[in-house]
Amino acid sequence: MKFIPIFLIVSIILNFNLLKADEIKTENKIAKNLRCLICQGQSVYDSDSEFAISLKLVIKNKIQQGLSEEQIYSFLKMKYGEWILYDPVFNRNTYFLWLLPILIFLAGGAIIIKRFYNKK
Amino acid sequence: MKSKFIPIILIFIFLITFVIFFKGLKNSNIYTPSTELKKEVPSFELKSFKNNSIIISEKIFEDNKYYLMNIWASWCVPCKEEHKFLMKLKKNERIELIGFNYKDNFKKASSFLKDLGNPYNIIVLDKDGTASIEWGAYGVPESFLIHQNKIIKRFIGPINNKDLLEIEKIIR
Repeated sequence: MKFIPIFLIVSIILNFNLLKADEIKTENKIAKNLRCLICQGQSVYDSDSEFAISLKLVIKNKIQQGLSEEQIYSFLKMKYGEWILYDPVFNRNTYFLWLLPILIFLAGGAIIIKRFYNKK
Repeated sequence: MKSKFIPIILIFIFLITFVIFFKGLKNSNIYTPSTELKKEVPSFELKSFKNNSIIISEKIFEDNKYYLMNIWASWCVPCKEEHKFLMKLKKNERIELIGFNYKDNFKKASSFLKDLGNPYNIIVLDKDGTASIEWGAYGVPESFLIHQNKIIKRFIGPINNKDLLEIEKIIR
């Protein structure tokens, strides 16, 4: 009979660990998607600057408060602007950036197809 | 016809690419955020430097006065540079200075203020730096000029004589 409470306690602790592991995973994922604004060419995840350390703490707190990943991104975007996100948003300034690879791809495809049929 | 056309296009593309990259060479690769903003002051609940009592932001910025919220730390060397300008600003009655003690040691911060003087009306503690993230701050030193519960200007880095004159001009 003693076995049951011990089993319960152990299983609860293990579950907590799982929960925590999930949190750390999303925490790291978010930090990797953020640009460290005071460093050059580093993500928040990679940086050990005071700014990045605080930001990682904020992300952790926000996750614990129950905010979703998207909510955290939009919070940071509001505070620091779009530049903090590594993933550029599709807008007037980034049309070219997003569409150029597709255009080049299509043009390349067209050339290949044209040559192929010409040979035939 | 075809063989004439392709080299011209290629040269054209090469030239455009060259011009874009050549222009890019001269751009600064350091990100500078905008300093003119009209954002609401973020609310916070922080411990006071003096007696560890809780200070609420709504209580600080309630008047129709100007405020300069200055993020500082005793370990930050540029903060020492800007301190004399803050001391000058203290003499102006139209503005109140709010200190935001960033990730600091109490003893060292106290001796910093003892040596260089205390320009702040209120100092709050930001032990882990999370409160300054709410302000959208980058680090120390950084200052926000506040009027009517709005951030009207921000100064990233130490305040110099030029900034001081600008502040005095705004609050006049």
